[in-house]
Formats: sequence, structure tokens, C-alpha cells
Amino acid sequence: MQIPHEVTARPDTGLYNAKLGIWLFLASEVMLFGGLFSAYIFLRMGAEDGYWPRGLLNVPVGALNTAILIASSVTVVLAWASLKMRKFSQYKLWMGISIICGAIFLIVKLAYEWPQKFDHFGAFIKQSELAQYEPYLGNAYLKEKGLPPRVEISGHLHGVEITAEPAGKEKLDAFLQDHHLKMEAGHDAAHPGVQLVTGKHLKPGTVEQLEKVPGVKLVAFEVALDPINAEPTNPESDKPHFWYKGATEKIGKIEREDVETWSAFAPKHSSYFAVYFTITGLHGLHVLAGVLIMIYLWLPIAGGANMFKRNPEHLANRVEVVGLFWHFVDLVWIFVFPIFYLL
Amino acid sequence: MSESHDHPKEVATTDSHASAAHADHAHHDMHLGLYLGVGGFLLFATVVTVWLSFVDFGSHAANWIVAMAVATVKVGFVAAIFMHLKGEKWMIWKFLLFTVFFCAGLFLLTLFHYADPIFGTSYTTH
Amino acid sequence: MFTAATAHAHDDHAHAHDDHHEPGFWRKWVFSTDHKMIGVQYGVTGLAFLMFGFMLMMIMRWQLANPGMPVPVIGGMLQTFFGPSAFQSTADGVKGVLTADGYNAFGAMHGTIMVFFGIVPVAFAAFGNFVVPLQIGAIDMTFPRINMASFWCFFVSCIFMLVSFFVPGGAAKSGWTSYPPLAGIADMGPGIDPFMNGQTLWLTGMIFNITASLLGSVNFIATIIQLRAPGMTWMRLPFFVWAQFVTAFLLLLAFPPLEAAGVMQFMDRVFGTSFFMPTGLIVNGAIAQWSGGGSPILWQHLFWFLAHPEVYVLILPGIGMVAEIIACNTRKPLYGYKAMVGAIFVLGFLSFIVWAHHMYMTGMGAIVAAFFQTTTIMISIPSVILVTALMLSLWGGSIRFTVPMLFAAAFLPMFGIGGLTGIPLAFNSVDLYLHDTYYIIGHFHYVVAPGTIFAIFAGVYHWYPKATGRMMNDFLGKMHFWLSLIFMNGIFFPMFLQGMAGVHRRWYDGGGRFLADGTQELTYQLAGPVLHWNSFMSTSAFLLGIAQLPFIFNFCWSMFYGRKATDNPWHATTVEWDTPTPPPHGNFIKDISVHRGPYEYSVPGADKDYTPQTEAPKSAQLPPGAVPAAAAAH
Repeated sequence: MQIPHEVTARPDTGLYNAKLGIWLFLASEVMLFGGLFSAYIFLRMGAEDGYWPRGLLNVPVGALNTAILIASSVTVVLAWASLKMRKFSQYKLWMGISIICGAIFLIVKLAYEWPQKFDHFGAFIKQSELAQYEPYLGNAYLKEKGLPPRVEISGHLHGVEITAEPAGKEKLDAFLQDHHLKMEAGHDAAHPGVQLVTGKHLKPGTVEQLEKVPGVKLVAFEVALDPINAEPTNPESDKPHFWYKGATEKIGKIEREDVETWSAFAPKHSSYFAVYFTITGLHGLHVLAGVLIMIYLWLPIAGGANMFKRNPEHLANRVEVVGLFWHFVDLVWIFVFPIFYLL
Repeated sequence: MSESHDHPKEVATTDSHASAAHADHAHHDMHLGLYLGVGGFLLFATVVTVWLSFVDFGSHAANWIVAMAVATVKVGFVAAIFMHLKGEKWMIWKFLLFTVFFCAGLFLLTLFHYADPIFGTSYTTH
Repeated sequence: MFTAATAHAHDDHAHAHDDHHEPGFWRKWVFSTDHKMIGVQYGVTGLAFLMFGFMLMMIMRWQLANPGMPVPVIGGMLQTFFGPSAFQSTADGVKGVLTADGYNAFGAMHGTIMVFFGIVPVAFAAFGNFVVPLQIGAIDMTFPRINMASFWCFFVSCIFMLVSFFVPGGAAKSGWTSYPPLAGIADMGPGIDPFMNGQTLWLTGMIFNITASLLGSVNFIATIIQLRAPGMTWMRLPFFVWAQFVTAFLLLLAFPPLEAAGVMQFMDRVFGTSFFMPTGLIVNGAIAQWSGGGSPILWQHLFWFLAHPEVYVLILPGIGMVAEIIACNTRKPLYGYKAMVGAIFVLGFLSFIVWAHHMYMTGMGAIVAAFFQTTTIMISIPSVILVTALMLSLWGGSIRFTVPMLFAAAFLPMFGIGGLTGIPLAFNSVDLYLHDTYYIIGHFHYVVAPGTIFAIFAGVYHWYPKATGRMMNDFLGKMHFWLSLIFMNGIFFPMFLQGMAGVHRRWYDGGGRFLADGTQELTYQLAGPVLHWNSFMSTSAFLLGIAQLPFIFNFCWSMFYGRKATDNPWHATTVEWDTPTPPPHGNFIKDISVHRGPYEYSVPGADKDYTPQTEAPKSAQLPPGAVPAAAAAH
């Protein structure tokens, strides 16, 4: 039993089944990402002043990824055209390049961009305590220039100050040893009980675990400040820049009790990162799905490239369908890139 | 089923069911240049997008409008050329237009949840 | 008639096909790609869930009529089964008192199960899968394997929903709407697993359910567009196919925003984001852990963007089935077929832009409120066209009161009551008063319970002979119908009275109770004058449950012992009756081509009172063995 119009178009609609199917699926995808983008718009328009950051992402890397996706879109359509012209070796070449492009995109995203964010520290200061941190925030200067205020201090964690009850010392020591951290006591003469935990592997996630060790209480963060907090009144800090600048050498200290919420630049950090990780995560899943299907069509297997000998038109149709999906993924990214990286 | 299709020489086909939709070879040869050209334009437009985002248009909203306009042009090219929407069947256009309309409805009606001329609120706040 | 040309004529012989031999047990009964088997799988699962959801409701109704009293007879069993989060013991140690949490969980799950796991799978997926390809003369759906994937995705979602009853804390309890921030903070805290808890499992289940719906709706639309038999032009489609077509579009385009919202709420609960958690949220007297900045209103928008079209997803397949059954049993064409097709498209379109009439209470601004008020009133026009056309179809017909026709005929006034009571709710000034009262409950239950569920029953009685080859018992069917009709109204009509008095839908004690001396002990004074309806409604609910026993018995018994059915027992015109009974894999044993519209009943001058769509006009009768041009085109 063969379903009609699997390969050839139905005369009155002019479509073969899978092409109609993928377009219907893409229509639903438009609504899926539409829901997410409407969340972006709603949350951003509703965000209070200072709570929607700009310039936190690495623009050149994002632009590079955009270029990679666009290039892969071109190669996919060339792969399809090669099949239409029945040029098999060209098909293998273009499809192979598309797969590689998709893979590079994912690697950049998962191995570079995301982990960098998970290591970055940010703390929102309580409204009532903002004045104390004026040297890092520069709100008077911003007000004068008519710019929105800053409420967050971010950078790389240099150390955290804690107090620990003697009873839990063993567990604390074990924790510190496991995470290659060191602790020095008495570095703050006014508060002899306070001890400073430092180390190369001190990440916000580590501190969250440290906080759970019995008897440990966080007192303050020592942060190697981002340029924007290191020099808040420098006009250079007024707007985002093309080249991403990492944290400076300047250390700032933030008392835990002055902080409203703190975390890594992870989804839970703020609405911005929540939307960013959800949309790019879902988009990444689409890229992954596309890459897997393209690999399937590239490999010399019965449902893949080997179809060329048996039924090249069917293979061309399959490539056209995955191509449509791939272009859609590209199309979403064309919106994602400016709204998260640039605007 | 039509079996009149003549296969290109370089392909060793074992059956004669390959295609009833005749692949117009010359036609696709012509398009290769178009695909590369559009690809080049998209890469260029990406550079333009980045550049424009650092240009001061007077307000941030203006930057938004410019960036979205460029993105829409790019997306239009991807859809029209790469996805062959240009010259695609009217059936597909029909339901895509509805989709875009509903999507826009979701954006706008949600955004203006609190819009009220009596109290003078404009768009969403929470 | 043509000779033994078969659907296999389309075979592409270069492929090796697995169906040249009879599929094995697993491929035939479990992992089947045959649309009829998938339809039956959806149908059986969905009917089982309808029954389960109804049982949850009966327990709730017991609690409403007798607050704090243990459920009789099965109380102990329930407590063992559902655990301490849903049931507790009385002071005397009698087991089986529904707790407040249990009531909330049962209420939320009753709504979820009835809508997403009962009615949609039966009315849309089961009947759509079984009937639509047959009615358009197709050998299967366009994407049989995706069809199977759809069912198994749905099956996974069922597992998640069922498991959620048995995790610590019990099933989701924030209403079927899962409004945050309540849903965001529910089922959290010490001793509760971040994933294995009611609300998170609900979200996971919904994400799978939505995926299943999306896969199904792509398949339905593609099938209707691509696989119509030769001669089956658009305006020759039976109305049921149109209804399924529009319904599939509603699911396709309205469900994804809820999938997005489901993912976001999942992120809120599992990864601590605050999409829907507002700044400064205080839980149990302490500021909550979320960073804030989110908006509960956003969830409501994304939820109702689906959930309003969902209302039409529930009702349109029902209207489609009723239209088929009315045309067949009045022995005359549908009145205004074209107007109905137009109306159903307008209805589908408008259903996307009315959603926020569920949200008048959120303090929305005048512009958007006025917009939604207007579109909501507008949508009543196509609804009324549909019901009026069906009513007028009865006019002058020689009606056969078969069991499906009884259900279909009762559908019209019942759906009418449900629809007309909705009109006041469209106006936001009225809605502010009636919002979340039993008036709302009465309104939408009239649409879906004696509305859609009656249509489902009508469909089951109508197509049962085609699916099983046997007729259902007529007497048991009529008993089922009359008792259901009476008790449905017994449950739902008093809800309007209670609702207008102001009784809130989520009071778990029903507003108060009667003491032994006949006086009332009220939690809310306003419930006093209408409190006595509670026991009336609950009794009706239990009797309605009993009234389903003839149906269940009939359904099972007739499968083996019912009267043998002919291929076309109702003398219907549409193509599905042109198959052997039950239809084999591939459906048709002859080439199908369609020559006429769907409802040629009682055509003057015809030799019988119905002319099947596949019957060729006499003048154009082809010589035996000839292949008609249209059939050869592909």
C-alpha cells in the first residue's frame, strides 16, 4: 500500500505531501516562537528601569554564528539544487558543509557562549541600599545624562566572605578541599570571625553550594568588576560596545545583606537571561534536530543518500523539506541575534 | 504514473519511477547564482545590522525600528528565495498569512493589555 | 462499476513494503500505522479518561453535597489509593474524607482530563482518524508513522498525568488553567521532588499532549488537502470533514503558544526563572526565592490564546458529527451547506481573537477590553448560523429517531442553552459579577457535556457498526439517552441559579451544609438561598453515572453479540459507507471516485431515497473495465 503523492505533486494542489506537511509544521513553529517572542516583548516592556541589561553578550561571536547559519542556509539550498540537477558528488559536498556549519554553531553556543555566562556573577542591589554602591553604579552621573539607572553589579567572583560555625568545620574543610578553594581568616580586622574564601574555581554555582554547607553564612562578595561597574562614570560605559570586554582587575565588595538577588548569568538571574536561555535553548534544539536529519540524509543508508540511485527525486524532496526547516531555523536566528545581542 | 522522464547521463538509475515532476535543469542552473547572491547579501546585511545598532538614531525606539526593518528584509529574502515562497502555491501562502496575522494579534493584543485612554496608561506594566 | 483495480495501483514497486503481508500482532494492534486502529486507540483511551474524569467529579460532588462526610462504601479504598494528600479520616477514624487539597487537585485534574485527555482525543483524534480518511476516500492518512507517533506521544502524556496523582503532595491543584503565581509555588518545598510533583508533571504531560496534537493536526490538514479521492472537490466534502479541517487549524496555530508557556512555567519551577513570578512575591510570610520581574498576566494571555480556540476544538467536531447524523436521519440535505462551511471558517478565524474575554478581571485597559468584547459578540453570529442551519435541516424531514439521531437532536437545544448563556459573559460589566461563579460552570458544561459529549455518543452509535461490524442495541441506547438527558440537565441547570446568587466555583464545601436539625451552617451567607440545590445536583450526577452503565454494557456486549451490520446500515450517502465492514487495511476494495455532493437524500426521480457520493451519474456510466480519467490522473 503506497500513500499517493509521496514523491510526485498532486495535480490540483501542486504539492507533494511532505512539502505541505513541513509548511504546516513551520506555521505552528511560527506560533511557538511567536509565543516566546511575545513573552520577550511583554517582559521587556514591563521591566523596571535598570532591570533589562544591554551589552552583556559577545557581539562578534553572535555575528559570527549568524554568518555561519546564513552560510549553511545557502549550502543547503545548493545541496537541493545539486540533487535536482542529479549531481550527486556536489550534493554530498554541500550537505556536508551544511552539517559542519550547524555543528560549529552548536559548539560555539554550548562550549563557549553559554558556559561563559554560567561563570559570570551578578547581584541586584536592594533599592534602599543603592546609594551605598554609587561608586560602582554611577547613578547620579546617569541621571544627569538622562540615562536609565543601574541596579546591578557584575563581574567575576574573586572571593566570598563567610562566617562559619565551628561545629560544621569538618564539612566545610572537606568542601573547600573538594572544590580547590582556600580560606584565610582574620583578613578583616574589624570582624575577626569573618573568613575569606578564594580560589581559581570559585564560581557562583560553587558559592550556592557553599551556602548549603551547615553553619556557613555568606557575608559579602568580592568581585572583579565588569568595566561598566569599574568605571561607571566613564562615558565609554554609557552604551554597549562591539568588542566584548571581560571583567577588570578592580575588586569591588558587596555586602550580602544589601543584595536583593544574586546568581550566575543563568536563567534564574533575571527576566533577560530567562528569555535568552529559553529562546536560544529551544533554537539550539532545532539546530540539533536539523543537523541530525541532515546527517541522516548525508549518510549512505537506505533512507539517506543511497536513495539517490533508487529515486533521486524522492531524495531531493527530502532535502528540500529539511532545507525548509533549516531556513526557518536560520530565520528565527535572524531575529534572535539583534534582539538579544544588539538592542 | 508518468514514466517519460529521461535521466541525466551521469546517474545510474535502476528504476523508471524517479520523477513525474520534471526537474528543469537549466532553470536550476540559473538559480545557483541567485542563491549565492542572496547569501552574500544576507551576510552583508548582518554587518549592516551590527553597524546600525551602534548608530545613534536619536532614541532607542528608533534603533529598534531600524533593526527590525533590516531583519524583516533579511527574513523576507530567506523566505522568498531560499524557501521558494516566491512562486509558491497560493494554498501555502494562505495559511501562512493567517499564521502571521494571528502571531501579530498575539503580540499586539498582549502588549496593549493595560492601554486605557481614560486612565492614560499606554502599554503593559506590571 | 470498475473491475478489481485496487488502491495498490499506486504502488511504487521500487520500494519494499511491509504491508504486502499481514502485519504481526504488535504492528496490527499496538504500534499500528493504520488510521482506523489509531482512531480506535485514541477512542478507547479517551473514553476511559472521560470516565475517569467523571469519577473525579462524582467524588467532588459528594463533597459539595455532604462537606466533611466520608465517601460511602469506597471511601477507604479511595484513601488507600490516592493517599493522605487527597483523603483523610474523620475524627471517628472513618476513612475517605476529601481534603481541601484533594478537592483542588481533583478539580484541576477533572478539567484537564476532560478537555485534553477526554474530549479532544475522542471527538477530534478518534473520530477524525477513523472517519475522515474514509469520508474523503483515502487509503490512510498522509503520514501514517507520524500518526502513530502522535498517539504514542499522547500516551506518554497520559502516563505523566496519571502518575501525578501518586507523587507526594498529589496531583496539580491550581485549576486546569494553572494560573501563576499560585501554580508556580504549588507543590514545592521540603520533601517534594523538584520534578516528581503534581504541577511539574502536569506541565510535562501537557507538553507531550500538545506535541501529540500538533503532529495530529498537521496530518489531518495534509490528508484532507492531499488525499481526497478523484472527484471529491472541496464543496463535495461532508461537513464533518470541514469541521475537522478547521479544528486541525485551530490546534495547529493556537497550541504552540501554550507549549511555549508550558516550557516557561516549567523553567520557573525547575530552573528558578521568573517568567510568571512578579517582583516582591511573598510566600508564607517570606520573600520568595525568585528574582522577579515576571508577569502572571503573560501566562494568562498565552494560556487563553490556546484555551479559547480550544473551546471550539471541543465543539466543532461535535457539530460536524451532528450534521452528518441529522442529514442521514432526516433523509434530506443539510440546510445551507455552503453557509455552514463559510460560518465555520469565520468561527475558526474569530476564535483566535477573542481569548482575553476570560481575563476581564485582570484589570485590563478599556481599549483591549472593548476589542475583545466586540469580537466575542461577533463570534456568536457564525455559531448561530451553524445551529440555525442544523435546526432548519430538521424542517420537513421524515425523521428516523434512531439512537444517534436522538443524541444529535438533543445536542441542538443543549448547545443552544450553553451558547446563549455565554452571551452575557461577553460583556465585561456583566462578567465582572459572574466571573468564577457557578454560572460560568453551567455555561461551559452545557456546551461540552450535553453538547459535545452527546455528539460523541451520537458518533459512537452512528459509526460503531462500521468499526466493529455489529449494531449497538437500540433499547439500551434509548435508555442511555433519556436518562442522560434528564440527569445532565439536573446537574447543570441549577448551576445557573447558584451562579447568579454568587456561589463561587472553587468553594470546596459548596458554600455550607445542612445540620441534622435542618438548619444551615454557612461558610458564605450568600449561598444560603441556593444551598439546597447542591444535593439535588449531586444526586443527579450519581444517577448520571448509573445511566452510563447501559452504554458501557452495550459498547462491550455488542462487539461480540450485536446484530450483524450491513456495509451501509443507515443508508447514508458519504464515502465511508462504501467500504467493507469493518474496513480492511487500505480501506477500499475498489477505486473510489466521487460524482456528487455529500447529502443527496430523497432526490426526486432517483430510484432510492439516497444516492451515494461514489455512484456515477447514469448517463456517464462507464463500460466495465474502463478507468475513469480522474482516477488515472495520479
